[in-house]
Amino acid sequence: MSEQLTADVTIDARGAGCPGPLMDLIGKVKKADSGTVFELQTSDRGSVTDVPEWVEKAGHELLETVEHDDYWSIYVEKA
Amino acid sequence: MTRIVIVGGGTGGTVLANRLVEDLDSEVEAGEVEVTLVNDSPDHVYKPTYLYVPFGKKTVEDAVRPLADLVDRRVDLEINRVVGIDTDAKTIELQDGRDRLSYDHLVLATGAKLVPDEVPGLVEGGHHFYGPDGAEELRDALAEFEGGHLVLSVVGVPHMCPAAPVEFTLMADEWFRQRGIRDEVDITYTYPIMRLHGLEPVSDWMEPRFAERDIHTETFFNAEEVDPEAGVIRSMEGEELDYDLLVAIPPHAGDDLVTGSGLGDDGWVAVDRHTLEAEHAEDVYAMGDAADVPTSKAGSVAHYEADVVADRIASEVRGQLPTATFDGKTVCFIEAGMDEATFVEFDYEHTPELRDESRPVHWAKLAYNETYWLTARGLL
Repeated sequence: MSEQLTADVTIDARGAGCPGPLMDLIGKVKKADSGTVFELQTSDRGSVTDVPEWVEKAGHELLETVEHDDYWSIYVEKA
Repeated sequence: MTRIVIVGGGTGGTVLANRLVEDLDSEVEAGEVEVTLVNDSPDHVYKPTYLYVPFGKKTVEDAVRPLADLVDRRVDLEINRVVGIDTDAKTIELQDGRDRLSYDHLVLATGAKLVPDEVPGLVEGGHHFYGPDGAEELRDALAEFEGGHLVLSVVGVPHMCPAAPVEFTLMADEWFRQRGIRDEVDITYTYPIMRLHGLEPVSDWMEPRFAERDIHTETFFNAEEVDPEAGVIRSMEGEELDYDLLVAIPPHAGDDLVTGSGLGDDGWVAVDRHTLEAEHAEDVYAMGDAADVPTSKAGSVAHYEADVVADRIASEVRGQLPTATFDGKTVCFIEAGMDEATFVEFDYEHTPELRDESRPVHWAKLAYNETYWLTARGLL
């Protein structure tokens, strides 16, 4: 659990099923500058594996995945 | 007098307008309720028709009927462009003539538009079948195509009709076989996420069929730029594909009106997924492609949503608590070639189960396309 991580952009994709959260992230990353930190909030369990897989493939950095009571925050930095 | 204003005369707006004057028949006849449908064109377009244009099975004229022929005479049809919404004053601003229209209930059914210029080189280098000009240009390009690499790239998600890229790819495969040139053509299908389609059962259905028909696939492929000179499409993930004919599902966006009025990002109206009420304004609903609900941008969704919104507004007009809700119901046909099809049906709680494709379902799809005009009128 990181207290220091602050996202430049927060994407609230809670309630959306797969692949909504991942596509929301991809869409926002596409338009952002290098170094931008995103917090993807998702209640879809599949995102916890799908998002890191895409982040690795696309060459961005997965900073942290934080589990909350009913959703996850996945922090990603654009390369 | 209660004024209900619907913006957008596509499937959702047209079905809704017809349903409302039917449901509120006595109130409309008594002059207590007025239903106004505002559309920026006198024509209604049934976009699924465009899928068949590249293969010479339909013409772009087949997709169009005058809106006036489809809406009930009790609907006040206003051909005008809405240029502003003031949700505090409860007015909309029109481009020509009357400059403002006040409403008690507003429904936004403003649809989705194509924004291919978001991807550098895509306008110059790519074809699409999501509009009349694109579909005709693609028809000509396909007719002239004698062999090489055809790339079907799903660039934009969400996009209208999630089945269409799958259908186009399978139809193109068979069309080339029928013309006797399939051996001269390589086909590659790309998709932005880790599988072939957003819906896992559809992806599972696609995989063996694409493999059988020698259709190559690239997943996690988010097109970033197209180089028309070199004939190359490059992805955010660092892949690149050479193409001789590029057919792309262009990026989509909602209406600027939505973003400008603070109702949602990227032109999609933020709504409650069950009530379809706008989250950022009172007495505003959104439906069809314009609504940011976690299901498909498909005509069937707009139709089912129109039933819900009509019920809710009719209840509100009568001073009753609205109880109708949308469960995410979606039905889509999927062409599996030139003469077989399957279909999917799902909602927020249930994922689809796909049957094997068959001829009867293909004919059912064609029959539905013909009877669509009765659907728009509210007769089916």
